[in-house]
Amino acid sequence: MKEMVDGIIGAGGFQMIINIVIILLKIAAVVAVALLHVAYATYWERKVIGHMQVRLGPREVGPFGLFQPFADGIKLFFKEDIIPANADKPLFYLAPVIFFVAALTSLSVLPFFNGFVIANINVGILFLFAMSSLGAYGIVLSGWSSNSKYAFLGGMRSASQIISYEIAMGLSLVGVMMLAGSLNLTDIVKAQQQYPLGVFAIPQILGFFVFVVAAFAETNRLPFDLPEAESELVAGYFTEYSGFRFALFFLGEYTGMLIMSAIAALCFLGGWGLPAFITANVPHILAQVLGLFWFLIKVYAFMFFYYWIRATLPRYRYDQLMAIGWKLLIPLALANIVLTGLVKIWVKGII
Amino acid sequence: MDKEMEEIERTFETKELTVSLGPQHPATHGVLRLVLHLDGETVVKCTPYVGYLHRGVEKLGENRTYFAALPLSDRLDYISSMNNNVGYVNAVEKLFGIEAPERARYIRTIVAEMGRISSHIIWLGTHVLDIGATTPFLHAMAQRERLLDLFEELCGARLTVSYPRVGGVRNDISQEFLDDLYQFVLEFPSHMDDYETLVTENRIWKDRTVGIGVISAEEAVNWGLTGGTLRGSGVDYDVRKYFPYDAYDKVDFEVPVGRNGDCYDRYLVRVGEMRQANRIMKQCIENLPAGPVMSDAPKLTLPPKDLVLKDMEHLIHQFILITKGPTIPEGEVYVGTEVPKGELGFYFVSDGTGKPYRMRVRAPSFVHASVLPRLSEGGLIADVIANIGTIDIVLGECDR
Repeated sequence: MKEMVDGIIGAGGFQMIINIVIILLKIAAVVAVALLHVAYATYWERKVIGHMQVRLGPREVGPFGLFQPFADGIKLFFKEDIIPANADKPLFYLAPVIFFVAALTSLSVLPFFNGFVIANINVGILFLFAMSSLGAYGIVLSGWSSNSKYAFLGGMRSASQIISYEIAMGLSLVGVMMLAGSLNLTDIVKAQQQYPLGVFAIPQILGFFVFVVAAFAETNRLPFDLPEAESELVAGYFTEYSGFRFALFFLGEYTGMLIMSAIAALCFLGGWGLPAFITANVPHILAQVLGLFWFLIKVYAFMFFYYWIRATLPRYRYDQLMAIGWKLLIPLALANIVLTGLVKIWVKGII
Repeated sequence: MDKEMEEIERTFETKELTVSLGPQHPATHGVLRLVLHLDGETVVKCTPYVGYLHRGVEKLGENRTYFAALPLSDRLDYISSMNNNVGYVNAVEKLFGIEAPERARYIRTIVAEMGRISSHIIWLGTHVLDIGATTPFLHAMAQRERLLDLFEELCGARLTVSYPRVGGVRNDISQEFLDDLYQFVLEFPSHMDDYETLVTENRIWKDRTVGIGVISAEEAVNWGLTGGTLRGSGVDYDVRKYFPYDAYDKVDFEVPVGRNGDCYDRYLVRVGEMRQANRIMKQCIENLPAGPVMSDAPKLTLPPKDLVLKDMEHLIHQFILITKGPTIPEGEVYVGTEVPKGELGFYFVSDGTGKPYRMRVRAPSFVHASVLPRLSEGGLIADVIANIGTIDIVLGECDR
């Protein structure tokens, strides 16, 4: 078989096909698991915020309302797909797809546990930035193509917001890159093992702060949910969307939250890295499983933080948001880079 | 070639974006419609359009007897119907020249303050929700639910109560109701603390409201503002304090007054009012006098139902008062009362028949809606939303 395939498509062809199949299986597994997590992130959000707001959250569909996400998905899937008469139809179709695909593609460079990553590329963080910037196109195009004033305002707000906060977020991670000496997320996690508690959040406390604030703005969550500010712009850029196109935006937003939480866990909170006395004393396979769970706990703690903030804070105004981005976060992130560089040179000098 | 150059050199044109905010919009508190002219995010011109909920309450009132028109006042500001009823019966009593007995006046004061708290709770919840904080809204609604349950216990209705009557109140209050209400009164300040913890000193909340929608004291008076919207600008005017009706001259309360006339001060004033309302209720419950709850004026007040069914004189009174209406002197009367939104005035012209010749309602929401352009122009879209919340309007009252 191997010889036959090699004979048809050249030497090493069989190995290539096997690799492709393995990657496809990995992609399928990651997408399926990630979407399941996204679905249950909505359930968990509704439960958490429900209890914070003296409500109960979903509890009718299935035990403890556990099947609510599926019920919602089915409902959205069978809803009428309304397209405004004056919409720019090709762009209107395309926008949610761009948004959702950009969010899903980011998953490909995230290492979930030691050695498990779909694409172990050496510019992992840059790739994540690229994809989250691409998601902004989905928002802008949806706002533009809907031919609705509310959607248009939401799209414009989002464009300026994501561009401003993209810079702050990128700069906040420069400190991490400097400490780790790599853009590869796996290397970054491994580099954190030598630091106190195995996290970059302590030496990079300034960067972590900037990152957290920027992450909220990037994913359009309170207190920075201006593009979809319900009380001002009805629903912002997806005002005119319904049915499954709306669901794509919804899923994209939650995937985005999950990815931001994952980046926070990987770059600042130590990712899957377990303390050495555990990894030394348990079998390798168990350590992997524990690492995965350790990583997920961090991701979900960060998600909980998202929900907590949403239940607590009011919304910023558009100009205040811009002021925070340009006048506070970017200078802080720049200062953090300078500080990190100086400390690194100083430490090197001592050694 | 020239044409191409012309195309390139032509200045880039911008034009104002006109957005119709409402009448169906999550933040316009009903069916208010604002046409906003926007330059980017800045509001250049703001024009309110009202009348989507016009039901002709004033005209309807002219075709009903003074007793039958009372439920119309429920439908004015439907979230504080008790206060409207109290205003209505006070005006009609002044026209009739009768006074409610002491106990009824205390009861009216209690229920009016309950109405004030339940209205202000909705205002607090929705105003904060418009600015983006969702949690205080739901916590506030939980307490409002308790008040509505108390209304139900009192008179059977939750929202449109029609509980006060010309010459008193419909029925005496039970000890059970008083106990439940007193329990609420004792617990309420701690709930207020909860809401304020989330909002009052919140940095984002202050950023959004301090210095927004500023109106000076003089200008506020000239616009005809009343209630919390006026007091936020530093004018110490409260009908309850300066033209007391019911039992307000017998209770001790303060009138919270702001200083800067911005959204934040109006917020502080209303929050202070809720605490004062609670104080008034507490004093009224503690000092509630005994006695009848309807005044002894058989020609001008409806007789008790149980006597109507037993007694011929009362039956005749009931029949005459319901069909023809009371016989009263000609004249006109204006009575203003302090409802949660501001000063609600009822103006009656009587031609001596059982129905008013003219019934006019001075609706604070209408006046406050008219000041919206003054507050909003020059600000951002988000400030318009903050201003709508802070002037606290209800369109049922505005459109009448």
